[in-house]
Amino acid sequence: MRIAATLRMALRALRRNKLRSALTALGIIIGVGAVIAMVGIGNGAKSQVEAQIASLGQNVILVFAGNWSSSGARSGWGSAGTMMVDDALAIAREVPGVISVSPEVRDHQQILAEGMNWYTTILGEGPDYLDIRQWPLQVGAMFTDQDVRGTTKVCIIGKTIVEQIFPNDDPVGRVLRIRNIPFKVLGVLAPKGLSVMGTDQDDVVIIPYTSEMKRVSRRTNLSSINVECASQDFSDIVQRGISDLLRQRHRLGTGRDDDFTIRGQQEIADTFTATSRVMTVLLGAIVSVSLIVGGIGIMNIMLVSVTERTREIGIRMAVGAHGRDILLQFLIEAITLSSLGGVIGIAMGIGSAKLLSAIAGWPTLVSATSVALAFLFSAAVGVFFGFYPARKASNLDPIDALRYE
Amino acid sequence: MTAVIKLVNVHKTYHTGEVEVQAVRGVSMEIFPGEFVAIMGASGSGKSTMMNIIGCLDRPTEGAYFLDGVDVSHLDRDELAAIRNKKLGFVFQGFNLLSRTSALENVELPMLYTQDHLSAAVQREHAIHALEIVGLADRADHHPNQLSGGQQQRVAIARALVNKPSVLLADEPTGNLDTHTSAEVMGVFQKLNDAGITIVMVTHELDIAAFTKRNVIMRDGLMVNDTLVERRSIAEEVLRNLRQAQQAVKLSV
Repeated sequence: MRIAATLRMALRALRRNKLRSALTALGIIIGVGAVIAMVGIGNGAKSQVEAQIASLGQNVILVFAGNWSSSGARSGWGSAGTMMVDDALAIAREVPGVISVSPEVRDHQQILAEGMNWYTTILGEGPDYLDIRQWPLQVGAMFTDQDVRGTTKVCIIGKTIVEQIFPNDDPVGRVLRIRNIPFKVLGVLAPKGLSVMGTDQDDVVIIPYTSEMKRVSRRTNLSSINVECASQDFSDIVQRGISDLLRQRHRLGTGRDDDFTIRGQQEIADTFTATSRVMTVLLGAIVSVSLIVGGIGIMNIMLVSVTERTREIGIRMAVGAHGRDILLQFLIEAITLSSLGGVIGIAMGIGSAKLLSAIAGWPTLVSATSVALAFLFSAAVGVFFGFYPARKASNLDPIDALRYE
Repeated sequence: MTAVIKLVNVHKTYHTGEVEVQAVRGVSMEIFPGEFVAIMGASGSGKSTMMNIIGCLDRPTEGAYFLDGVDVSHLDRDELAAIRNKKLGFVFQGFNLLSRTSALENVELPMLYTQDHLSAAVQREHAIHALEIVGLADRADHHPNQLSGGQQQRVAIARALVNKPSVLLADEPTGNLDTHTSAEVMGVFQKLNDAGITIVMVTHELDIAAFTKRNVIMRDGLMVNDTLVERRSIAEEVLRNLRQAQQAVKLSV
């Protein structure tokens, strides 16, 4: 028997019981719709996190100062105070695969200018910092090596500072005061938005690290070092090189813990992909449960259908239908039911994902793969749950089936 | 001439739980091309079982059945289905048409399951031709619930004819019909038989059996009588007489 004729027969049988077919398919519709919507939201969130991680800059390795402990009392990260400017320069000089390095001093200060004031993050950085972070300037220019050597009182500021301190006019060339020391604004950074952690990356004033250390915080050690390596492939080697160099420079013998922490971009990304992987597994579990429930609904209705149509099966067998013809007929009916449910579910899933991003402002991303998978899965549910009823129909005895009232 | 149907000492025993029911206990019979046979008997006589065996819906437990010279008594389910499709046409008491399906599609049904697939256009052509034979070509688009009992049975006959079978089998074809309509349906059978089609029919009504050419009587699973019909009813005459009788009492004009 031809597939086209069987398909037509299946569609007619389903049309005959419109409400019943719709209700049966509803299980699959809801299951598939939920998958598409949830996976869309998950993918959207993932791509957003990925974009944020990429905003860290490419192939960036962060070296944080370690913790310090004295007679059992342990203080937090960066307290060790053993990370020096010379360490940063040594990394740039001696570790192969390192392109550039920016020593970082991080501080929080009240800043003021023209009657306004604001509490913000002060970053002391090297001139390569913006290149490492791939952070362009909106206007103006970055300070130079000369400014670092000369501990010049210059700064570049983030978008938030512009909004808080200079809301009305062009900030370039103006002066803002950090601990009452005047710094001349050289440029404004392009807005970067929230970080992976959710902090405002634009709420920042960047000054030469030498100026920060000598004029603002008067400290001699670094908070961290930003390192850019040649490529992601070298990341591990470069990290090991930095570790060896720093242990040697800090005279840490074997058996003593590092007084620094090295984080590659990959590790930071991994933390977040791990979270989304857990989400995906959970979603998968929910989805399989709902699809199984939907499949049982289909199986149930197909069993009812086989009983109802016993006489029809008898007639078909009497005029020469083989068992496999009947099997195929009912199997195709079940698959049609579940695939139609799948298609409608996909449409509704995409619709609700779009609606969510429109209303709640969540980014959603419905991939072609998830659509194809959802469709295949719903068809597979039809095959799996339709097989038993179809098999039951095909095994009927024609005489009994014809006599069935 | 070789027999279309040849039964050799056919037995059929059913095992229902502990009890053994011997429905058919050794029947031998030959039916030749062009015959019109009525198998008669009271209920429980084994005539329905005989019909199921002849119709390849069931297999004899003992004995042999040759259809068109081929032994079909040991074929499996699928092989029997193919034989039913190719060589046999069924007409049932309850018409057994697919509801909510047009007369034309009902007639096309057996062609859906043939080995050599026909194109949709050819299927349609054959089905319309079969409906023309039973005089219902103008009702091709009607659904069974839009047709009278007699018309439904004629659609069923068209369905039985559409694959050009060797034998037409009818199981109480007039059981659900009134006298007048029964005579009409028997008229269709007589016309088909005149055209050379072999017909085997099960009935328990004597006056219906009188339309056939040969009556086989069964009792307790055995064939007890096999006679040629001497005073055969001719459907046209019966219908004319019925009409006259009805006109006499002003039942019709």
